[in-house]
Amino acid sequence: MSVKTLLPSATPVRFLAEDGSRVELHEGYAEPAEDRLKAAYRLMVLGRRFDVQATALTKQGRLAVYPSSAGQEACQVAAALTLSEQDWLFPTYRDSVALIARGLQPGEVLTLLRGDAHCGYDPAETRVAPQCTPLATQTLHAAGLAHAMQRRGEDAVALALIGDGATSEGDFHEALNFAAVFKAPAVFFVQNNRYAISVPFEKQSAAEALAYKGIGYGMRAEQVDGNDAVAVLAVLDDAVRHAREGKGPVLVEAHTYRIDAHTNADDATRYREAGEVEKWREADPLRRLETYLKGRNALSENEIELCHAEAEEFAQTVRDTLNAEPELDPLSLFDHVYAEPTRQLAAQRAALEAELEA
Amino acid sequence: MTTTMAQALNAALRDALKDDDRVLVFGEDVGALGGVFRVTDGITADFGESRCFDTPLAESGIVGFAVGMAMGGFRPVVEMQFDAFAYPAFEQITSHVAKLRNRTRGALSLPMVIRIPYAGGIGGVEHHCDSSEAYYTHTPGLRVVTPGTAQDAYDLLRDAIESPDPVVFLEPKARYWSGEEVSFARKSPPMDKAVVRRHGKDVTLIAYGPMVATALETAEAAKDEGWDVEVVDLRSLSPFDDETVTASVRRTGRAVVVHEAAGFGGYGAEVVARVTEQCFHQLHAPVLRVTGLDIPYPAPKLERHTLPDVDRILDTVARLQWNDTPVVAGA
Repeated sequence: MSVKTLLPSATPVRFLAEDGSRVELHEGYAEPAEDRLKAAYRLMVLGRRFDVQATALTKQGRLAVYPSSAGQEACQVAAALTLSEQDWLFPTYRDSVALIARGLQPGEVLTLLRGDAHCGYDPAETRVAPQCTPLATQTLHAAGLAHAMQRRGEDAVALALIGDGATSEGDFHEALNFAAVFKAPAVFFVQNNRYAISVPFEKQSAAEALAYKGIGYGMRAEQVDGNDAVAVLAVLDDAVRHAREGKGPVLVEAHTYRIDAHTNADDATRYREAGEVEKWREADPLRRLETYLKGRNALSENEIELCHAEAEEFAQTVRDTLNAEPELDPLSLFDHVYAEPTRQLAAQRAALEAELEA
Repeated sequence: MTTTMAQALNAALRDALKDDDRVLVFGEDVGALGGVFRVTDGITADFGESRCFDTPLAESGIVGFAVGMAMGGFRPVVEMQFDAFAYPAFEQITSHVAKLRNRTRGALSLPMVIRIPYAGGIGGVEHHCDSSEAYYTHTPGLRVVTPGTAQDAYDLLRDAIESPDPVVFLEPKARYWSGEEVSFARKSPPMDKAVVRRHGKDVTLIAYGPMVATALETAEAAKDEGWDVEVVDLRSLSPFDDETVTASVRRTGRAVVVHEAAGFGGYGAEVVARVTEQCFHQLHAPVLRVTGLDIPYPAPKLERHTLPDVDRILDTVARLQWNDTPVVAGA
């Protein structure tokens, strides 16, 4: 592959200006069909409401912690929409909205964060890996699984989500290198939301764009306006197609912004100016897509209302789910440590059982 | 015909590759070179590059990639080349290999083997001689095994590859070239059982990996001192076979644990605690340890001073209150 074909576009790929008008900065990417944009809109409304609800539930002590992805809905929803059923998604702790968009239930998604179990769904069945909290480690799993699927002749892709901070980790680089060398059908999707907890992007990397890192691995890369749902969908669609056709992995960087703090436990006013947050609020991905679709007469007021009504209903489901405390079986602690249980764990299980009965 | 431990491991890999299409061997230099210790010698030539292949030089990458491949239905057997070189992969091993089954409540299992040539005694330079077993045995979710004989090298590796759980497979590199008659008909007991390598009635030496041969030599030398020494080879460090070990110590009433790794916070402390808890009333003396010194693994010309040898083990056996003399506290 020539260097030229690996290079990302000079500026982030963009279809919509901040005011929702159509612009021509998309370097030959095809605009996704209208029904997909409407599906994205619906899920973004749902996702935002989910995010607000989950944040509120941390204040009531229903969730131990919640890392908000408010402002990143275009990325979250596109990551889910671009994948087929047989593809694998490798999310991080911040990507709950992507899982909702992938069709998982709030109870399944929030199991980790409410503290019931490390993963609330069956990854083998849903083809969603457990939400990963160590940084970038899952990118290697995505590369390995993508390679495994390719070997088995499955027509499937693995898409790993990571943040800007995770691109500094060794595993990110090892994953890109492995995926490129093995030509694995993997897509690495970096949501550069400008902050790794409190550390700004300028202190994270000297690179002008993280997408430039692809070329060093011999990997195609692209950068995209992460608050432009049309562009993110177009670029991810293309990346997934490229990987699926056996042409090798792709690195995609979305330039976006985390509107809220790292989690409910952190105070973002200590490390960033209110003016900066306001500026990014004006780049809101949801309003941008809504304005665009309305302008095209593709979205009526009635449809918008319906989306919001559905989101309200969904929020009620989230509340109901979180307010019901499922009973947890202490003896299940021993169930899945080993496939073949050890004598030591059998003895500890018996001891705990006796303790519980006493 | 005599088969060395390295050859036995090679045969185990070949037989596993033959028997199960899902088994794959990969790592750094395992292909054309056949591994720096030649454990994978000729495998790529005979099975093709799709079954045994070289990867980029990145240990975390090798293990993390193997996690994904195991999730995708394969059974990877990866090589870490040298003990201390595995440390970059430590996060993958402890946070993911050990935990994926538990995190996913049984939905995903990781039947994979991480082969790590370990321990010293070969005149290797620094970072090539660590005994890193305690890091792995302290991690729930991993099985940790180490062969002390060529027969076990074959049998344990076959068992490890067939295990539905991830296995850290520690190869005592000083024994790679030691040979014996090996049967390829799976003669050893199951992977999680210890074995009594030599029967005796006075004292039990508990050893594993590279120290099994040293313990057996000690037992022979002990005859001159009038001690009839039993040697237990643990084989499986995690899980630990309490049954075999405590049965032996209850018979002899005395025990010494021998390992190459530093003693402080080491694996031997776990063995001593378990044996003491379970055999207290049968013990005639405290259970003692002979271990490596609590120092970073030394330069090759000094390594003989840290490696437990026959003399040091015999000196320790002598401290086991044979004539009601009190045990002198260790350093």
